[in-house]
Amino acid sequence: MSNANSTGVLSGNHYLDGDHACAEGAIAGGCRFAAGYPITPSTEVVERIASRFPLVGGRFQQFEDELGASIALLGGVWGGAKAMTVTSGPGFSLMMEHLGYAAITETPCVYIDVQRPGPSTGLPTAPAQGDMMQARFGSHGDFRVIALCPNSPQECFDLTFRAFNLAEEYRVPVLVMLDEVVGHMTEKVVIPTPDKLQVTPRRYTKKKPGEGFKLYEAPAGSLVPEMVKAGDGYRIHVTGLTHDERGYPAMNVPTQEKMQARLMDKLLNNVDQIVSWEEKNLAGAEVVVVSYGITSRVAEKAIQAARDQGVKVGSFRLITAWPFPEKQIKALAGKVKAFVVPELNLGQMALEVERVVGGKTKTVSVPHPGGTVHNPEVITKAILEAVR
Amino acid sequence: MSAPVKENPVNKYLRTERMPSIWCPGCGIGTTVNCFTRALDASGFDLDKVAIVSGIGCTGRVAGYLKLDSFHTTHGRAIPFATGLQLANPDLKVVVYSGDGDLTAIGGNHLVHAARRNADMLVVCVNNFTYGMTGGQVTPTTFRPAIASTTPYGAYEETFNLPRLADSCGAVYVARWTAYHVRQLAKSMGEALNKKGFRFIEIIAPCPTLYLRRNKLGDGLDEMKFYREKSVIKHGADTREVNLDFRQEITVGKFVDRERPTLEEAMEKQMTKTLGSKYVPYQSPGKKPAWS
Repeated sequence: MSNANSTGVLSGNHYLDGDHACAEGAIAGGCRFAAGYPITPSTEVVERIASRFPLVGGRFQQFEDELGASIALLGGVWGGAKAMTVTSGPGFSLMMEHLGYAAITETPCVYIDVQRPGPSTGLPTAPAQGDMMQARFGSHGDFRVIALCPNSPQECFDLTFRAFNLAEEYRVPVLVMLDEVVGHMTEKVVIPTPDKLQVTPRRYTKKKPGEGFKLYEAPAGSLVPEMVKAGDGYRIHVTGLTHDERGYPAMNVPTQEKMQARLMDKLLNNVDQIVSWEEKNLAGAEVVVVSYGITSRVAEKAIQAARDQGVKVGSFRLITAWPFPEKQIKALAGKVKAFVVPELNLGQMALEVERVVGGKTKTVSVPHPGGTVHNPEVITKAILEAVR
Repeated sequence: MSAPVKENPVNKYLRTERMPSIWCPGCGIGTTVNCFTRALDASGFDLDKVAIVSGIGCTGRVAGYLKLDSFHTTHGRAIPFATGLQLANPDLKVVVYSGDGDLTAIGGNHLVHAARRNADMLVVCVNNFTYGMTGGQVTPTTFRPAIASTTPYGAYEETFNLPRLADSCGAVYVARWTAYHVRQLAKSMGEALNKKGFRFIEIIAPCPTLYLRRNKLGDGLDEMKFYREKSVIKHGADTREVNLDFRQEITVGKFVDRERPTLEEAMEKQMTKTLGSKYVPYQSPGKKPAWS
């Protein structure tokens, strides 16, 4: 870890919306290359980047579409930059192929998705949380990502900053999954001084060209290979085909098995270091509300209303949606009567809660098709019914 | 005693441990790669600073055989990957090497926009008039009425005139050669490598297994004879006049060679003009190796 580059950090107190806070989190996190394509309600992120980058030594390029933007950032990473792109639902769909490419090539990168209701064009200017399963499973084949869910502009800064560190640590695409309300709500954002912002630098190999460096060979005791950048003399080969430790295509089952096992394990074996959540009143709780993003803030009011009526309700807020805090939810499963899962989709993370709970406890989905937030009374009602 | 085997002079540019290649006997792609290595050899460039980017398909495999920093990307997206790579590391010379289907069909949007914004890269397009890797389907360059697996009764769409497309979108260097013109092609590649901005070379090349056989046009050698017979060199030809047609004359040569600010130069100039001393130029990570 090293201190953030002070050129980019707007230390101090600000009044920012979530989209702008994401841009500042990226700059503080060391992002100096961004590729984008305009799409509501995420555009303000790249507008802020376009305006700020020339003042902090960054380069932004608007592309002709999301297909271009979502691979240009990967080119930027192999060129030596920390890089990201930003989008919303329809663009997120177009980016799926490159999410898989980033995963198989182990390109550390950040994708921001400011969610709006779908399917298709849906409600472009309104909130939703309908891309949560797409974040996990949207690209073809098996792959794993890290997905973070801020519920305030402050957290947009904090989690975008953290996304860049996680990307370097595990060499995976890291997704910052906002919803339109969090993206557009304006609140106080405190940006720390650079000495309080610890940045994970790219972990470049110490081996010089000719000293036996292999692109996809993890050092002893680690599952994450070290990086190099183009132009340094290693003459690397990077491919989206199944590849061996040299990075060369190897069209056979043993290579596929070996490659995929490591790609899964490098995250699964480190889940405890990655997962984060916020819990309230879990001790003695009969019902636990599992929520994330803007819905967690709506749920606060519902939880309070239920507690006022004497129900012991706790809150478990997902900060990492993926990997899912499986161990933590499982531990609660035997103790509570029900999990209540409100979200701005027709039941996505509720499926994951249900899977993890494995029938030990009831899981109550509180779905919403998106376009606005839940009426808190609907969540309160679900809590009261669940506890009966 | 047999004579000692001489090392092929281009071997040092190839990942020989990956040979033999996937390409069929008589395929033109390997010939173009040979020309490219000779152009690299003559360029005197520090090859550590040359990166090659391919998309998907038979020509998309070129990146994997060249001993350069090489990127085999997704179908149609070599150009935006290359744009990102070059903007983030302007110390690199970036070459995109791919086929007609990859660059002009699925990747067509990126081709026109990269030419328009004069992104700094050489694009080598091996045009064999078919999707070879997937078994010979029709592409935007398949002539009427050629047979392809998805036009079993003959192709019927208008084709792209690729030099005209690149020219009208703003490419600063546009040339066309065939796989027969090995010396001219190597020279042209060398010339294009030495320019800045968006450079485009189309290479007409045989696909004996699918395109030639299905259209009863003989083998790779027959096609070389055809190129020799039908090609006419017209340097500086108006690209509106270089359209190709089925088994007709092939106009080859260097059609466009001009100067225009690159994307990076235009970006820098505008930022400097508007922001003055507040502008903080991008620091290329390519200035020093990460291990230093």
